[in-house]
Amino acid sequence: MLGTRESIIAVCYIVASVLLILGLKRLSSPATARSGNSLAAIGVFLALAATLLDREIVSYWEIGVGVAIGAALGIYAARRVQMTAMPQMVGLLNGLGGGTAALVSLSEFLRLAREGPVGASEATSVVLGTAIGAVSFTGSIIAFAKLQELLSGRPLQFPLQRALNALLFLAILALGALLVVGGGNPHFLWGIFGVALALGALLVLPIGGGDMPVVISTLNALTGMAAAFTGVVLHNQMLVVAGVLVGASGTLLTILMGRAMNRSLGNVLFGAFGAESAAGPSASAGGPPRTIRQTTAEDTAIALAYARNVVIVPGYGLAVAEGQHAVRELSQELEKRGVNVKYAIHPVAGRMPGHLNVILSDAQVEYDALVGDIDEGNALLQSADVALVVGANDTVNPAALEDRTSPIYGMPIFDVRKAKSTIVLKRSLGVGFAGIDNPLFYQPNTAMLLGDAKQTLKSLSAELKSMNGAGHG
Amino acid sequence: MTRELVLAIYVFILAIFTGYEVISRVPSILHTPLMSGTNAIHGIVLLGAMIVLGSADTTLLRVLGFIAVVLGAANVFGGFVVTDRMLEMFKKKGEGTK
Repeated sequence: MLGTRESIIAVCYIVASVLLILGLKRLSSPATARSGNSLAAIGVFLALAATLLDREIVSYWEIGVGVAIGAALGIYAARRVQMTAMPQMVGLLNGLGGGTAALVSLSEFLRLAREGPVGASEATSVVLGTAIGAVSFTGSIIAFAKLQELLSGRPLQFPLQRALNALLFLAILALGALLVVGGGNPHFLWGIFGVALALGALLVLPIGGGDMPVVISTLNALTGMAAAFTGVVLHNQMLVVAGVLVGASGTLLTILMGRAMNRSLGNVLFGAFGAESAAGPSASAGGPPRTIRQTTAEDTAIALAYARNVVIVPGYGLAVAEGQHAVRELSQELEKRGVNVKYAIHPVAGRMPGHLNVILSDAQVEYDALVGDIDEGNALLQSADVALVVGANDTVNPAALEDRTSPIYGMPIFDVRKAKSTIVLKRSLGVGFAGIDNPLFYQPNTAMLLGDAKQTLKSLSAELKSMNGAGHG
Repeated sequence: MTRELVLAIYVFILAIFTGYEVISRVPSILHTPLMSGTNAIHGIVLLGAMIVLGSADTTLLRVLGFIAVVLGAANVFGGFVVTDRMLEMFKKKGEGTK
């Protein structure tokens, strides 16, 4: 029989588990998502509070200080971060969780090893918790650094990379086997910890920035699994339930995201996305001479003003330039003139699926004007007079449809060439985030309007305003 | 095999199916917030860190436990706040899904 304290903890854990499942369920539907997050938060905090009753805990003040510091840092960063930087924020927080799981597994093993040989099942869980947590820790930090542009978003490759990674992986397996069979020499575990930290960084370094969403999602699922193994070591069912829930739903989410980008997980992790095109745009060799037509804000404003249907295709560039309010203003000016404006938002536009919907909703763009479906968007483009591409690149790259050698071949895109004319707002003529050349820019009915997206959008609105004021009223 | 291990395996397997089923029909708009939400949930590993730190009896364990508590608390608190901020954006648009 459990004592009173243990019973209270057990009941709280059961209630918390139910709250987590209901929370996840509600998080997967737009109307209930916010309450789902709150439910999950209540579940987690209930579990944390109940844990304080654990008889093993003898000193509270250190916990209080640690939690206060961590909570203050986490909440401060979470409140201060720009909406555009959310993806890397999630990546960073995920890394911290991975680090926690690794340290907890490690510490618990050090404690168990003092009391005698550690059982095989505990030792196995310790190895998995430590290794997976450590990989997730450094992997997430590198993913964060890439998205934050502290490191180049391009794939970073060096010779024998895969061989080295395989070697490190085998080293972890070997050390793990020694630890489990040997019954508990902590040196092996420290070795695993160190090798896994190196492996996490090396796994993510060669992956291009365009694939980071899938990488972060994968690491997120891994941290969940690490937490679950930590739970097995600590004989804590709450941790097992929560960790496995995240591991399973995170894995499914990774698959769904990959599907939206037409990238398999193996492809992402081992394909070094964009590496081929880094060697030089394949299309340029021997093709017809390629010219780029540039246009001005004035000409663009006129083209937009006299269009009936305009489809705006926003991409990450819009988020970076923080042009969401400017683009809303532009579409309002157009609507005043009776122009029908829609936004075609690619499922993976931005650095994460849903990223641009969030930003545009924040700028109060009408929900009805946002089209998230590829087929629906392409149908709209068919009847559009002007397609206005704002800071999108890879999601409108026709190479995905035509160029079999392109790393993004097969990814569904918005084919903006279907519109009568296409105007691309772009910062410069450089290649996109994934480092791939874009044949769209050389199409005869494509014109480029170079400059900072926000400034350009503002000057377009100003042009339209003066036109509205002068003529149509 | 211990009884406890068998139980853990049961929980493991059932939770895998639950996690998979529960989010199987998520629209792509919610991919990022959902990832962020699950990220916050695994911050629950903080409770393991609390147990380690609360029962630490050597300096090494105390240091490791303390770092783990700080990291875990940042994960769980930051994670839920970030997710809420993302979802706040959807809220403004009223209810209508389609």
